[in-house]
Amino acid sequence: MESETKGNGDEGHVASAVSSEVIISLRNVNKYFGDFQALKGVDLDVHTGERIVICGPSGSGKSTLIRCINRLEEHQQGDIEVTGVKLDENLKNVDQVRSEVGMVFQSFNLFPHLTVLQNCALSPIWVRKMGKTEAEELAMEYLNRVHIPEQADKFPGQLSGGQQQRVAIARALAMKPRVMLFDEPTSALDPEMIKEVLDTMIELAESGMTMLVVTHEMGFADRVADRIIFMDEGQIVEQNVPQEFFNNPKSDRTKLFLSQILH
Amino acid sequence: MNQTVSNSITTRWWLWARENLFNSWGNTIISIICIIIIYNVVWGMFSWAVLNGVWEAKDRRECFAILGNDEAGNPIHGACWAGVREWFNNIIYGRYVKAEQWRVNLGILIFIVWLAPLWIPGLKRKALIGFGAIGLYPFLGGYLFLGGERSWFMSFMVALAIIAFCYNTIDWVGAKAFRLSLADSLRWKIVNRIFAEKQHTYALMGLFVTIAVILALLIQDWILVDVNWVRLGGFHLTLVISGFAMVVGLPCGIVLALGRRSQLPIIKAFSVTFIEVFRSVPLITILFMATAMFPLFMPEGFELNKLVQVIAAVCLFTSCYMAEIVRSGLQAIPKGQFEAASSIGLGYWQSMGLVVMPQALKFMIPNIVSSFIGIFKDTTLVYIVGMFDILAMTRAMSNDVPWRGEFHEPFLMTAVIFFIFCYAMSQYSQRLERKLSGENK
Repeated sequence: MESETKGNGDEGHVASAVSSEVIISLRNVNKYFGDFQALKGVDLDVHTGERIVICGPSGSGKSTLIRCINRLEEHQQGDIEVTGVKLDENLKNVDQVRSEVGMVFQSFNLFPHLTVLQNCALSPIWVRKMGKTEAEELAMEYLNRVHIPEQADKFPGQLSGGQQQRVAIARALAMKPRVMLFDEPTSALDPEMIKEVLDTMIELAESGMTMLVVTHEMGFADRVADRIIFMDEGQIVEQNVPQEFFNNPKSDRTKLFLSQILH
Repeated sequence: MNQTVSNSITTRWWLWARENLFNSWGNTIISIICIIIIYNVVWGMFSWAVLNGVWEAKDRRECFAILGNDEAGNPIHGACWAGVREWFNNIIYGRYVKAEQWRVNLGILIFIVWLAPLWIPGLKRKALIGFGAIGLYPFLGGYLFLGGERSWFMSFMVALAIIAFCYNTIDWVGAKAFRLSLADSLRWKIVNRIFAEKQHTYALMGLFVTIAVILALLIQDWILVDVNWVRLGGFHLTLVISGFAMVVGLPCGIVLALGRRSQLPIIKAFSVTFIEVFRSVPLITILFMATAMFPLFMPEGFELNKLVQVIAAVCLFTSCYMAEIVRSGLQAIPKGQFEAASSIGLGYWQSMGLVVMPQALKFMIPNIVSSFIGIFKDTTLVYIVGMFDILAMTRAMSNDVPWRGEFHEPFLMTAVIFFIFCYAMSQYSQRLERKLSGENK
């Protein structure tokens, strides 16, 4: 797996652009699904420009964690603040946070009844209140950035998985978010399409975007992440810079996980 | 050998028949029996309706006299179309004043022309045309059908409806015939010079409202003769009631379905109760409740006309059925679509209107249309509460002194009218379904 992203020519770590400003902060966050506790007292600070990769065995709460950040899931206890706005019952706050946080899903979730261009122009028109022409120009610009401007007038169903996921990235970016969340963006893809999506994400990282990525692509983590977080049973077990994380894991569970995933 | 193989149609037909109908003794017997039955039914109908049909007579007695007896002295059976001809106007228009019937024709014609672009492929802004017609036509149609003095508001709405109708029609005819869209030219060549793109919608709305006020002032003296609502009847009444039921039922159904899926307990409880109560009661009961019992609960002197009560009752009933259809359509949309819509910052109504509903409606079309067909036929029940719809007029004909006892002919005609309309609806839904399923692949 590690070799997946290493064929990109430049093998060095993407230059870091972490600032001291905290853009996302979680304090003692607890999340329950009925009786099952998915998150157990999670504390996390994300700085502007930071790239964080979250990994861990399935059911460890990593997807739940990032889904709480744009309130696709509601947490029951603790505080989550995104761009200085506190996520609570107030729907205005939720809408404000969602317009600052883009998200890419495992199953793409493109809107099948709209063309690729319309998919990307939707939030500029309705959330950013742009005119249609202006919004479509902007959407086109982001389709260029993910290298599929020629597919603009097709429907999502006519594209390959990798292309669809790149459209999903463009759609999220068209809102001009300050943070991007990725929920296992390559897990539903055929192996030969993983690279094109990871390349797009690396380019995004190079542009200085704040990113939280749930993934098992350790090559990508090694190359891009400023920090790797290992979660298990709803808790953050260990977090470190990639070098230390891979070469010098501290907890036994991290060691076990790494040995399983890296062969 | 080659000489025996002929390509003439009769020969091929005979070969086909021998292969499929007479390929064994058993099949031959069954085929012959079927052919005899079909022949008798079809020939019987044909000779009754066409060969022996009487088209001109002053009453039913004269019909019998014209038909006469056969050699054995038995009366010859034949359709007495003369009665249907005399009553045709009543069956279609009910007791609507004859001199004013052009208003009904005009009203129906406007409705058809207004909605025609929805059937024409390749035109833009279909949703806007549809919603415009639904929102504004009732004022124009209502005034054409009933007439009388207008309030200020009514004058304005009628004017607005006239403008919207003319604007739409000129726009799509222009676009089809000369590739010149009035709406596009107005927006990009005129409005665009003065306003920024974001303000176009408001500017156009302002423009229309201004013209509507001017037109309302101009048509102030144009007053149509008052026609009492009790005179509405026949097929026209059926169209009015079922038209209201469809147009009001679908949006109300959507709202109820969303309410039923809502997480707010009061809204949810209200929607569930409403849907379950009205869905569990037969339409006839609702009609009786609306016309007979509802006035008892109202204060003394408060009177709603029966037409409004009946329309309201049918609308209530339809919206509950629509609500359940819409709910099933919503359930077919994967959760990821809701999440994706939220994640790009769309609010609840935006996600519903832009992402979820357009997809869900596609799944619902067959069910919605079959429900519409059901409602269209069910409106004939209003005859029980004393409205003179097409069925009531048909029966009235059979009780009319000159034509007393003549049932077959008028009912056959009513059946044909219903068949034409219902079949057209079903064909349209199939076309729409094919078109929509082809679009997204």
